Amino acid sequence: MSEQSGTWWIWRVFWILLVVTAVEVILGIIKPEVLINNSLLGTSLLNLIFIILTIIKAAYIVMEFMHLGDEVKGLKLSILLPAIILIPYLMFILLNEGHYIFGVL
Amino acid sequence: MADNTINQNKAWSGGDIPFKASYGKLMMWFFLVSDALTFSGFLCAYGFMRFKYSNVWPVADEVFTHFPFLKGEYPMLFVALMTFILIMSSVTMVLAVNEGHKNNKNKVILWLGLTILGGFTFLGSQAWEWGHFIHGDKGGIELPNHDIIHVVDSDAHFYSIYDMVGVDSYSENININIDDIKLALSTNDVFGIRLSDKTILRGEKAINQLNDAKVVLGANLIRNEYGHQLFYFITGFHGFHVFSGVILLIIIFINVIKGVYEKRGHYEMVEKVGLYWHFVDLVWVFVFTFFYLV
Repeated sequence: MSEQSGTWWIWRVFWILLVVTAVEVILGIIKPEVLINNSLLGTSLLNLIFIILTIIKAAYIVMEFMHLGDEVKGLKLSILLPAIILIPYLMFILLNEGHYIFGVL
Repeated sequence: MADNTINQNKAWSGGDIPFKASYGKLMMWFFLVSDALTFSGFLCAYGFMRFKYSNVWPVADEVFTHFPFLKGEYPMLFVALMTFILIMSSVTMVLAVNEGHKNNKNKVILWLGLTILGGFTFLGSQAWEWGHFIHGDKGGIELPNHDIIHVVDSDAHFYSIYDMVGVDSYSENININIDDIKLALSTNDVFGIRLSDKTILRGEKAINQLNDAKVVLGANLIRNEYGHQLFYFITGFHGFHVFSGVILLIIIFINVIKGVYEKRGHYEMVEKVGLYWHFVDLVWVFVFTFFYLV
């Protein structure tokens, strides 16, 4: 564990989170036309970029700040698997259903 | 650490440490898993609403343009600041946990204190934002079919009803009714209304749409100038987590000062509250994306 060897790793994660957030805010303000007008998987490229950046930030918080990366494999899996399986499933069902109701309203 | 050779056949019946994590830490993790699923349920419900009402949903950077003490439009800046405050308080929390591992009492006090300060600043910012929206930012109009529509200026940008009728939004006894809006529309043709299908009407056509419509200023438990949304519900639930996090931080802050953990020989309690605090930051990362960016 890098923990005992100082605090540099904390500041490294801090800068990563800060830069990713800054990129999100800048993209959110300028909203490049190319990214808005092209879509993939039912949403614009810009939204996909936002979601990917969010997951990167979440991974750094959970793995580094919450030290999940240092826990044993069994604990890692029992925490991550329910989230990785259930959340996309619920999301798929509800967003699909919402889109359908929009169509028939 | 338990010796595996001795406890090999007694795992889970005492003596062993499942997952090599202490009881408290393990239970905190499982609580956080269930809380994460609760938040996911709420955010997915929000996604459902957005897809269901995708034509009437307000555009985030037309809505979040406020900044305390400043007039004018500053899209995204205030929420970027709030995000920065929460990330920063997460960093001071890790630093406190880190010093706890070294049994460095005074440094733990310093970093925990700064984390509490960050938590309060975030809560204050959120209270200000709620206050601003509950009071009313730009105002909306509710049509008889319950669609919430908005006023636009000559560039078809979302415009403030207060500015349109020339009333300061923070003056006393504001009373704007639909006739004031009709009057402004008829006397000044730069203004228009934007219907829920995004078409923009000006002049007579706009006025004809507004029969039996109501002006909605701010938000209460029944009406909201932005229409359907779970903004208060989800940011409120998150804010409640921040608040309980601050309370937990204050309790362990007092214990650290009193030397409770120093006597105990370890600062694991700081670590456990730290897990909760990082989780609060984690949830905000998602709330930030889905309410303010996407």
